[in-house]
Amino acid sequence: MILPWKMSGLPAGPEHSPYAPVSIHDVTVAYQRKPVLWDVDLDLPEGKLVGVIGPNGAGKSTLIKAILGLVPTASGEVKFYGGTLRKHRALVGYVPQRESVDWDFPVSALDVVAMGLYRRIGWFRRIRRAHYEEAMKALARVGMDSLALRQISQLSGGQQQRVFIARALLQDAQIYFMDEPLVGVDAATEQVIIALLRELRDAGRTVVVVHHDLQSVAEYFDHVIMLNTRVVAAGPTSEAFTQENLLKTYGGRLTLLDEAAHAVARAVHR
Amino acid sequence: MSARVHSQRRGWAGVFWLLLGLLVFVAVSVYAESANPALRRIFSLRDYNTRVVMGGTGLLGVACGVIGTFMVLRKKALLGDAISHATLPGIAIAFLVMVAAGGTGKYLPGLLIGAAVAGVVGMGTIILIRHHTRLPEDAILGIVLSIFFGAGVAILGVIQKMSTASAAGLETFIYGKTASMLAADGQRIAWAAFILIGVSLLLFKEFRAVCFDSGFTRAQGWPVRTLDAVMMGMVVTATVIGLQAVGLILVIALLIIPPSAARFWTEELRVLVWLAAGMGAFSGVVGSGLSAAFPDLPAGGVIVLVAASVFIVSLLFGRSRGLIFRAMARYRLEQRITRQNALRALFEASEHMPAGQPVTETALREIRYWRGMQLRRALNRLVRGDLVTRVPDGWRLTPDGQEEAQRMVRNHRLWELYLIHHAAVAPSHVDRDADLIEHVLGHDMVKELEALLAAATPEPPVPVSPHPIAPAAGKGRV
Repeated sequence: MILPWKMSGLPAGPEHSPYAPVSIHDVTVAYQRKPVLWDVDLDLPEGKLVGVIGPNGAGKSTLIKAILGLVPTASGEVKFYGGTLRKHRALVGYVPQRESVDWDFPVSALDVVAMGLYRRIGWFRRIRRAHYEEAMKALARVGMDSLALRQISQLSGGQQQRVFIARALLQDAQIYFMDEPLVGVDAATEQVIIALLRELRDAGRTVVVVHHDLQSVAEYFDHVIMLNTRVVAAGPTSEAFTQENLLKTYGGRLTLLDEAAHAVARAVHR
Repeated sequence: MSARVHSQRRGWAGVFWLLLGLLVFVAVSVYAESANPALRRIFSLRDYNTRVVMGGTGLLGVACGVIGTFMVLRKKALLGDAISHATLPGIAIAFLVMVAAGGTGKYLPGLLIGAAVAGVVGMGTIILIRHHTRLPEDAILGIVLSIFFGAGVAILGVIQKMSTASAAGLETFIYGKTASMLAADGQRIAWAAFILIGVSLLLFKEFRAVCFDSGFTRAQGWPVRTLDAVMMGMVVTATVIGLQAVGLILVIALLIIPPSAARFWTEELRVLVWLAAGMGAFSGVVGSGLSAAFPDLPAGGVIVLVAASVFIVSLLFGRSRGLIFRAMARYRLEQRITRQNALRALFEASEHMPAGQPVTETALREIRYWRGMQLRRALNRLVRGDLVTRVPDGWRLTPDGQEEAQRMVRNHRLWELYLIHHAAVAPSHVDRDADLIEHVLGHDMVKELEALLAAATPEPPVPVSPHPIAPAAGKGRV
């Protein structure tokens, strides 16, 4: 039997590639009694910018957290290059949602960015000058070196997001998971972040981004995963990001349908 | 790196103030030496017993301040409270067990082990309920706290009815009593404090990461649950060694108040930890000293009151977040904003007039809204700063004022252009935003804007305002 969510896009179903950076095998996640992700089964392609889109509550963040082992899965398994997450932890970078932390915390932007090195520094060891210098370089890449020593609550939303991106850059990961890095940021920050994501992609890294703005999906992403509790479609943006799939993903949400229609029109014109 | 130096200096200024406070305290106690014989005896540290008590509570304050900082930043303050209340049944049961084993039941280390076990059981109960139910966290804490404490009170009642055992003194664990502290107790506190401080320093980086962003830290592969357990184990340890001195109801104060007070002085975790430690030590030493001098005062209460006064002083005078500091910063910002608004209004009004003609207040009021005497006060301040002169029928910019106003108007219009071109903001809303942001616009930002907008900017230094500066535009603002 061919299941509808396995019909389009990436090589899904039982044929997983052992070389895929991440293969997700029939993962189901349930909070309390309510399942939020059903039988997600797909490979993430190497060296691509992958957008994860879907309505609120579709399980976009949960998918990322399940892949990273931050929420327990009810069934299924996630493989990294055919191995376990524990074995390949150093290859994985993460940008959590900006709202998930307390920005009133008594640390500077530089302190936060240096956290990207903690894994490499290891247990009990102090952060040395060389580490801070590396962190400064990462801050410079997001255009924030002049604000390195600001306490983080004194930064704007866009600047805070840049700090998170800089921290992830220091992780020097092969696969990045970013949870809504473009939400609530100014236009300049959005351009800086997108340029960096493309740089990472061009260097062969896989970058998975939870995204909310349908207008820019076709412009930003090579691949797209359309999610609404189950995977509605996944694949190259040109194939999967269709009006039909958008309707299936966002079905019934009228305000969004307009946006979807616009987005598709734009995608077609490109 | 000047900003770091600056922020650190501000942090260490807190330490300086604290030392100053200690100095004042010493001065007061020297004065007291001539006034009150009891105080003199205590604070001159002539008694061996007094030295033990004050040293012990001081070290307890240091340990509680250090681990309390992490607990508060991890947002587990109330969990600490629940744990400390949960120790009571442990003390009572340990007493019963020791009596049953043939002892007097008053063996202190045994009682403290009972307290620690009960504290851990209480914490485990909280975690279990949280994991298996959907009750809100604060309700769970309330349930466990009251049940354990209630059970402890009930068992104590039973013990007091028993004729075989003398339970007198067990209730001192509820409110604390330093007078009974022996050298061995002081030593135990010292050891525990050194271990707690050592572990905090060793795991400083790990604790900071967990407290700030546990999700990221877990994704990096750190065992966040284990780190949390270590942290809470340290809270239990601090609570148990604090039972004798401060009592189980109030030991939470030593864990929460010093870090919260220290937060008013600094934005840096490292400084925060040491400042909290210093404030904890101060509270412990002074509080237990006062309680020793006036034996009717229970130590726990006095120590908390000393901590409270440190907190109030910090709340008011803290150099980073204190109320007075913030009110002053706000007042200065408001002053600067109105001053700049007045300069800009003068410039914009004179732009549309023949050169040299003075600007009337009516014209300024047409350009923007001014509250009551705001405009007049701002103009007077500008006159004092030699940027504006008063002439018979109005006001006029001095050459200095002209230069300053021109620079400001330029910033402002660049910013407006930036918002119009680079952000999706409707031009009709721009002026207001620009007003707010302009006053924090630094030199670097201006440079960046100039580069960004070089193409859009006509060559004369002040680009034309992108919206009409007519009276009507003023009315459009909210």
